[in-house]
Amino acid sequence: MKFTLSWLKEHLDTIATVDGLADKLTMIGLEVEGIEDLTRDFAPFRIAHVVSAEPHPNADRLRVCMVDAGDGDPVQVVCGAPNARAGMKGVFAPAGTHVPGTGVDLKKGVIRGVESNGMLLSERELGLSDDHDGIVDLPDDAPVGTPYADYAGLDDPVIDIAVTPNRPDALGVSGVARDLAAAGEGKAIEHPVEPVKGEGACPVTVTLDFGDTEPLCPAFGLRLVRGVRNGPSPEWLQRRLRSVGLRPINALVDITNFITYDRCRPLHVFDAAKVSGNLVVRRARDGEEILALDGKTYTLDPEICVIADDRGIESLAGIMGGEESGCTEETVDVLIESALWEPLNIAHTGRRLGVQSDARHRFERGVDPAFMIPGLELATRMVLDLCGGTPSEIFVAGEVPQPATVIDFPVAEVKRLSGIDPSVSDVTRILEDLGFACKPHRTEGSVVVSVPTWRPDVAIKADLVEEVVRIIGVDRVPVTPLRRSPGSQRPVLTTLQTRTRGAKRALAARGMVEAVTWSFISARQAEAFGGGKPELILANPIAADMSDMRPSLLPGLIAAAQRNADRGFDDLAVFEVGQVYRGDGPTEQDTAAAGLRRGTAGVSGGGRHWSGKAGPVSTFDAKADAFALLESLGLSTDKVQVTADAPAWFHPGRSGAIRQGPKTVIGAFGEIHPRVLEELDVSGPLVGFEIILEAIPVPKARATKTRPPLALSDLQPVRRDFAFVLDRAVEAAAVLRAAQGADRKLIAGVSVFDRFESAALGADKKSLAIEVTLQPTEKTLTDEEIDATAGKIVAAVEKATGGTLRA
Amino acid sequence: MNTIATADIEALERDLATRIAGATDDAALESERVAALGKKGAVSELMKGLGAMTPDERKVMGPALNGLKERVTQAIAARRAVLREAELTRRLEQERVDVTLPVRPSGLETGRIHPVSQVIDEITAIFADLGFAIAEGPDIETDYYNFTALNFPVGHPAREMHDTFFFNPKEDGERMLLRTHTSPVQIRTMETQKPPIRVVIPGRTYRFDSDQTHTPMFHQVEGLVLDEESTVGTLKWVLEEFCKAFFEVDQVRMRFRPSFFPFTEPSMEVDIQCDRSGSEIRFGAGDDWLEILGCGMVHPNVIRHGGLDPDKVQGFAWGMGIDRIAMLKYGMPDLRAFFDADIRWLNHYGFRPLDLPSLARGLTL
Repeated sequence: MKFTLSWLKEHLDTIATVDGLADKLTMIGLEVEGIEDLTRDFAPFRIAHVVSAEPHPNADRLRVCMVDAGDGDPVQVVCGAPNARAGMKGVFAPAGTHVPGTGVDLKKGVIRGVESNGMLLSERELGLSDDHDGIVDLPDDAPVGTPYADYAGLDDPVIDIAVTPNRPDALGVSGVARDLAAAGEGKAIEHPVEPVKGEGACPVTVTLDFGDTEPLCPAFGLRLVRGVRNGPSPEWLQRRLRSVGLRPINALVDITNFITYDRCRPLHVFDAAKVSGNLVVRRARDGEEILALDGKTYTLDPEICVIADDRGIESLAGIMGGEESGCTEETVDVLIESALWEPLNIAHTGRRLGVQSDARHRFERGVDPAFMIPGLELATRMVLDLCGGTPSEIFVAGEVPQPATVIDFPVAEVKRLSGIDPSVSDVTRILEDLGFACKPHRTEGSVVVSVPTWRPDVAIKADLVEEVVRIIGVDRVPVTPLRRSPGSQRPVLTTLQTRTRGAKRALAARGMVEAVTWSFISARQAEAFGGGKPELILANPIAADMSDMRPSLLPGLIAAAQRNADRGFDDLAVFEVGQVYRGDGPTEQDTAAAGLRRGTAGVSGGGRHWSGKAGPVSTFDAKADAFALLESLGLSTDKVQVTADAPAWFHPGRSGAIRQGPKTVIGAFGEIHPRVLEELDVSGPLVGFEIILEAIPVPKARATKTRPPLALSDLQPVRRDFAFVLDRAVEAAAVLRAAQGADRKLIAGVSVFDRFESAALGADKKSLAIEVTLQPTEKTLTDEEIDATAGKIVAAVEKATGGTLRA
Repeated sequence: MNTIATADIEALERDLATRIAGATDDAALESERVAALGKKGAVSELMKGLGAMTPDERKVMGPALNGLKERVTQAIAARRAVLREAELTRRLEQERVDVTLPVRPSGLETGRIHPVSQVIDEITAIFADLGFAIAEGPDIETDYYNFTALNFPVGHPAREMHDTFFFNPKEDGERMLLRTHTSPVQIRTMETQKPPIRVVIPGRTYRFDSDQTHTPMFHQVEGLVLDEESTVGTLKWVLEEFCKAFFEVDQVRMRFRPSFFPFTEPSMEVDIQCDRSGSEIRFGAGDDWLEILGCGMVHPNVIRHGGLDPDKVQGFAWGMGIDRIAMLKYGMPDLRAFFDADIRWLNHYGFRPLDLPSLARGLTL
């Protein structure tokens, strides 16, 4: 919402400066977004007399002028304008000033060998227009030495405020003035509207016809003014509209725009000659069309409220008039409309049709119903003043609502919610200055507050607290420390939050780089990773490839890896810890941790190196990442099982599912399936893992933090190696499990230290060598005891796997 | 038996000394030792002659020969030590490596934490110290939690301020959406906790918007305090404490401007004083104001929707953009780069794995 200082002063008697007013506006909630003050920008530019203008000795098109800017000491200026001549009056910018239109800082200089001490400005250089045909050529009586802005009437700063949606009253200059007066920045000037006596009834009547549907127009006022002389509005009105960015059209239209900005009262004028019969306010019929004043044709439906005559639709109610019945300079009889509209319907229509207008902006926020008729009277008065004519009486359809919100307001609420403690009389004065009516309540310390009709936003006690606090100033609220609530020594993070943080640090410590990728991915990506459920597809995605909520973090990471590869970074290890979606319910969102390694970016680093070239990443890099993550989150990895049934987006022979117990799947790891790479149009090698953090069982809470006692043996452990020839399909886990189970008490550990395949072993056979550690606890083992245990181990493995001890 | 001349002993000793000194490695020295002190060695042979001597001769020659043996033994030992030292020196020289060769960097050097995660950890550290817990909620929300319960009237233009992503309507007409702010978690928290409530709520939020400072997905952190005594004054204190701690300055000036949010009343926007004259933004100095957050006293209707009585329970809430305050603090120019996973950006703006923010050590090293 824009207005000028002089406009504001029509409604506010103040001696405050524009900066003072701007600060106050911001501090009472009408945030100033900008002040355009040409007085300030143009301060150094004064009206100057060109004493002489001689041809430049070294350039045909340039002239050497002596310019007097009022101090009687002409300076030399080289000027290239065709209209520069002796005796003229222009606008002079001395060296050292900033030229707003071109953004250039003027310096004293030498042009083709002749000294120049400034510039005579064109309108374009002043930033006033695009005119650059010549320098500004002022009338002879222009006073030399006077600041140009003062002379040209540009000394009226434009203030632009951001009005929050709850404050329609501040969308009129009078409302802004009221707020400033309440805040102590002067006295509001009232402009009571005198009713204009009409001659005869308005010949055009209005019917509100909504049948049995929800009415969309509470009241509609209409008046005819006959015999007007329309034409350009007077200079003061044109300037006022231009200053806030509006284009003057003609007096009748300009009056409606002026009152919209001045009083937040949007109006419409019809050329009565183009209106056929009476007016009906109704819902549009499906498919009806209107050519609006913005030159666009809109197709309508019954959700949209219109004003129609016998011919058809003449206006988009409360939003924009129609081109056909608009006022032109030829208009002789004018119908002035002042109406009230259902705000939600206006908002809905505006949004659907994509029309923005000053009327819509105000009606959808809620204009003052009590000003509907006064606004029409004010418009009539202005029409009569500017265009003459004879008014009819006002025809009113419907009934003007009279909102009467009354709030019992215990003044102590101000202190309870804000901390400031104003007196009852302070509170009363502030509210009354804002237009609220206050009466004493039978309870001491309480006031009965009637809310003015222009404040649809105020309904409850807290709203009044805001009014009082914003006028007193939030900066006057004393700062009070927050009292610590008892028990704040307890952990503030949930298990999942701790896991999320821990997972990020653990994966980063493995040399992976954390990415944050979009929660929505393409349908193709989602489907390749088990997603694509209809309830997870956005109805209005911002881009076609951001349509589906991700079922997994891997597709986002794979796409990220490919983007980096395309930039020349082939080897990289990235991870993300974030939400994935199984469904749209609040419990169907999980937190996943996923990592991806590409190229040669293995755990110990990628790329070529003098100490040895890194090979391509493998399934076991991904497995190592997953296991490191689980360990870092407190899950002992000898308690999990790996089975060869990872989801379909992994290579079926090079991937594993991580389980705890037969039912709980915690995650999976492996090489990404070559078909998925092809579908997503990315290249590998790519290995990755994904763990669902919620799936990791939460350990039972223990009463104490004490760890179990450490039992150490003084006896030396004994290590024995065994190599087995096995079918290729036998899993190492089966061998380890069997060996471990051969003597649970004595066997402290089993590890695989060698694995190979060779033709000598037989087709589809492999050799797996294990080292078993025996830890005696009571006495040193005898050779016989060791041999006996070794026998049990061999027997157990052979039985479990069908393999044989290698000779 | 010939008498051995003292002169012969001396000559032998000179000869042996020359030969020992001439031995250039362990093997040569060993053969000299055998030649001198071995069973048939020169010195041993002479010693054998002692038995045939007269007691008087023996009295003279015994000590002489024993002295010879001892000196030769010592000379060999000394020579051996010299040779070993030389050998070690030679070996060490051979084992020399070029210590300027680069090593492979470890994960602790190459790993990075995203600035959003780091800033969430910073925020957590600050608010944990002030006695706040961390609350979270789902990204996919109902209209009720995202709007209605937060006092956005149906159809009200305030809803337009949030350009919302919707899912397709279900059979019963309900339409899920992506939360446009973290505020739904205020309601979810009130539904499950009793006052006093002190929570901060970080998370992903979504709006239909995209330019240099807006992305369709971004991060917010919300705060909620509900008890029987908190006021605008307490709100100011909490936010000042936070800003000082977060921007790591001793003083901040903050400007609370009345504003409008449906879910707070009174509502305010907060600007922080800063100096933007240089290439970096400095906080706690200068005369520019930078908007950083919105806040206010929780609206009575919101308290009611949370199942509490607004005449008994009161408090405040605030919300700010995590990405935005990260950009302000660490100087990233473009929000879109946060979600592009460009490895160069992550390496540059990311944080080291063990760089865990804490108030004890200072948030940022």
